[in-house]
Amino acid sequence: MNVLEIRGLSVDYLSAGGTVHAVDDVSLDLRRGEILGLAGESGSGKSTLAHAIGRLLRPPAMITAGSVVYHRKDEQVDVLKLAPKALRAFRWKELAVVFQSAMNSLNPVMAVGAQIDDVLRIHEPDMSRKARGERVVELLRRVGISADRRKSYPHELSGGMRQRAAIAIALALNPEVIVMDEPTTALDVVVQRDILHEIRTLKDEYGFAVIFITHDLSLLMEISDRIAIMYAGRVVETGTAKELHRSPRHPYTLGLLRSFPKLRGPREDLLGIPGTPPDLRDLPPGCAFHPRCQSAFDDCGRVSPRLLPGPHGEVACLLNENTGVEVQA
Amino acid sequence: MRFLARRLGFYLLTAWAAVTLNFLIPRMMPGDPVDLLVARLKGNVDPAAIEAMKQAFGISDANLWVQYVDYLGNLFNGELGRSITFFPTEVTTIITGALPWTVGLVGVATLISYLLGTLLGVLAAWKRGSWLDGVLPVSTFMHAVPYFWVALALVFVFGVTLRWFPVSRAYGLDVVPAWDGPFVSSVLYHAALPAITIVIASMADRILGMRNVMVTTLGEDYVVMAEAKGLTSRRVMWAYAARNAILPNITSFALSLGFVVGGSVLTEIVFSYPGIGSMLLKAVENEDFPLMQGIFLVISLAVLVANFLADLAYVVLDPRTRQEA
Amino acid sequence: MRSWKIRLGMAILGFFTLMAIFGPLLVSGDPSATSDDGLVGPSAEHWLGTTQTGQDIFTQIVYGARISMGVGVLSAVIATIVSIAVGLIGGYFGGAIDETLSVITNIFLVLPALPLVIVLAGYLPQRGVTSVAVVIAVTGWAWGARILRAQTLSIRRRDFVEAAKASGERPMRIIFFEILPVQLPVIATSFLATVVAAILAEAGLSFLGLADLSSVSWGSMLYFAQNGQALLVGAWWWFIPPGLCIALIGAGLGLMNFGIDEIANPRLRTIKPPRRKKLEARS
Repeated sequence: MNVLEIRGLSVDYLSAGGTVHAVDDVSLDLRRGEILGLAGESGSGKSTLAHAIGRLLRPPAMITAGSVVYHRKDEQVDVLKLAPKALRAFRWKELAVVFQSAMNSLNPVMAVGAQIDDVLRIHEPDMSRKARGERVVELLRRVGISADRRKSYPHELSGGMRQRAAIAIALALNPEVIVMDEPTTALDVVVQRDILHEIRTLKDEYGFAVIFITHDLSLLMEISDRIAIMYAGRVVETGTAKELHRSPRHPYTLGLLRSFPKLRGPREDLLGIPGTPPDLRDLPPGCAFHPRCQSAFDDCGRVSPRLLPGPHGEVACLLNENTGVEVQA
Repeated sequence: MRFLARRLGFYLLTAWAAVTLNFLIPRMMPGDPVDLLVARLKGNVDPAAIEAMKQAFGISDANLWVQYVDYLGNLFNGELGRSITFFPTEVTTIITGALPWTVGLVGVATLISYLLGTLLGVLAAWKRGSWLDGVLPVSTFMHAVPYFWVALALVFVFGVTLRWFPVSRAYGLDVVPAWDGPFVSSVLYHAALPAITIVIASMADRILGMRNVMVTTLGEDYVVMAEAKGLTSRRVMWAYAARNAILPNITSFALSLGFVVGGSVLTEIVFSYPGIGSMLLKAVENEDFPLMQGIFLVISLAVLVANFLADLAYVVLDPRTRQEA
Repeated sequence: MRSWKIRLGMAILGFFTLMAIFGPLLVSGDPSATSDDGLVGPSAEHWLGTTQTGQDIFTQIVYGARISMGVGVLSAVIATIVSIAVGLIGGYFGGAIDETLSVITNIFLVLPALPLVIVLAGYLPQRGVTSVAVVIAVTGWAWGARILRAQTLSIRRRDFVEAAKASGERPMRIIFFEILPVQLPVIATSFLATVVAAILAEAGLSFLGLADLSSVSWGSMLYFAQNGQALLVGAWWWFIPPGLCIALIGAGLGLMNFGIDEIANPRLRTIKPPRRKKLEARS
């Protein structure tokens, strides 16, 4: 039961130095009520992808191909083809976004309560002022913010509170999908855990699906049902969190797993990934990851691997393309 | 309200600096202003006027401190001395007569220019790539145009050539000052060209400043989020983008006030508008130092008050300044 | 130079600079010389017409460039020296020195410049080019000082400054030999802005009859145009050219600034990438 189907989505940035394929032919499914993790280093295109789904890209970024099909009860619409009015109605009511830093994503000159209220006012024109007020208090309470804080401005709240407020705003219309773009990156570890816990609880209660974006794969392992790994604008591996954790098949996934200390379980050496993310204007031929890949062989510099289904999820790596063998850890 | 208290403190300090400059300038400039005047007028001065001037400057044989204290004392009593041009009228009387005209003209024109310029700046940023981009080259040209030149051009086109508007005075010779229809409409009619001059000459800065800040603001996450929330374009543009972009603009607007006032002085002169600016010219032409200095002081204080009003607006618009630290 | 704005701006400023330096050598004739052809419009003989007393306006514009820009440059040189001293010393030392200098800078920023210049000029016993330039500089240094102070504040924490400090160099040496060179681009920009502001101020002063009226500048041309009733007799050619020159110089500087801003902040550009139907990036 998919709620969102992304097919062949590509996003280019047009710049004087050439065209950057920030997102390149990405296809993903989001199932109703699941948490889909999207991981990758900065510049892997994961944030661009999130913005593209909500049609929030600004020039010079531009969607050049693909579709984002949203499934309602009895119909399906391509978000990318919605007319402005239909798009406005779709936004927030069906797909809400929580941005990386609530400090930047909350309007600094508007009280947090008013920032929930204006969503209600536009999307629920029949709601009375009183009903809106009650809903605002209810939403804030639900994310652990006391009612008297509704008149507070973002700068008067702590980082964790601000992010909770941003989540409350996202919940305002009870959307089917919430895109969370690094919602906890700016927070310290303790607050981070609280918020993650909160997100899970809210998800179980409200039943929305989440696209959770982060560079922190170990965090995704904890919270996600399924995970997609992005590198240089492409999805290189997908799978359930469990499978990816137990047996990552793409060397890049393995590298990501090893670049963070585990919160639980036995200690492992932090290997990380040598080198830096590639220049998107000038990608290496073949597999974009091969210059940094410790398992690379001759063909990797020539043949571009396709994302192929395997026993659990998909992977785009020549090591797996024909044989399906696991990468040696 | 620490922010306002700090600003107020700064303005008081600046007012004191203006007052002190006023005291020091005649004493620091080469030559004695009174002797200078007498020499220039080749002795054709009323001795009483000379005495009045000496008094006005507080120039005496007493040491500088005593002079300074006397001078401050006079100021506190609202005494700016007597004018040479209109001897023996008090400088304060002349200024009180001229000030309402200037405050009315420059105040209203500046307000219009600010609102209009901000609006155009917001729209130019919002509708980038549309015909509104044409506003930019025009503004680039206009932002350095001397006010008095705009005034001359308007007088030439709309006053002399087309004869649509009067080109001098504040009201027609056919009306008597009173709060009645004919007088008020005559005043508005006469203020049209000078006001348009100030609006045109000062608006470009607002347009360019607002557009630039607005363009930056449009890239902020909270604007993207407002859009993601499915709000109407109008609401995103005003309540989220413009509402924030206006803040740095208030500061730059306040700083440009001195410049606007300077330009307005010259504008008044072109239109023989009976305000402070025209008085300043008379004072300058007649070497009427007491009047000159009194006007400088009043203009400075007016600019400081306007700055403080801008700060108040800032506090109202930005909750972050209201934080008690 | 990728930006056409910077190139056009530089071309305009360059044109007027060359006109100020070499114009008087190329255009023969005395700008103040009167003739019997009073108030004639533009013609082959008088490209921009003549004044009431038959002076050739084109010649006046060319010679006026020298005085107007000369006063502007001289005044900006003085103001820039002051702003470098105030901005760098305040920014580098911080503390009470910085507090004091900042307050003084801010006071001069808030005080209305032109009225102050008028008062100062009113007291001048002789109003020559130099004294007018000095008077204008008194009010013109604060902007630059403020910008340079902010720059210095960020530069003084950089490694090369810390290294110089650690090696025991004297503060003044660090300020003027280590920090100053890094700031040259900022100083250049602020210098140009000050030149334009000073040209405007000189024009204002001349227009009031408070500058040296015996020498021909764009401001004094406007003064004589206004007092010679150029408007009432319809002699647009008398007052349009000088103001236009001033505005063009301002526009040239503005273009350069916008070009620089756009390089620093590409979002400010007006050009948009070609849109595609349906799949446009923005709703």
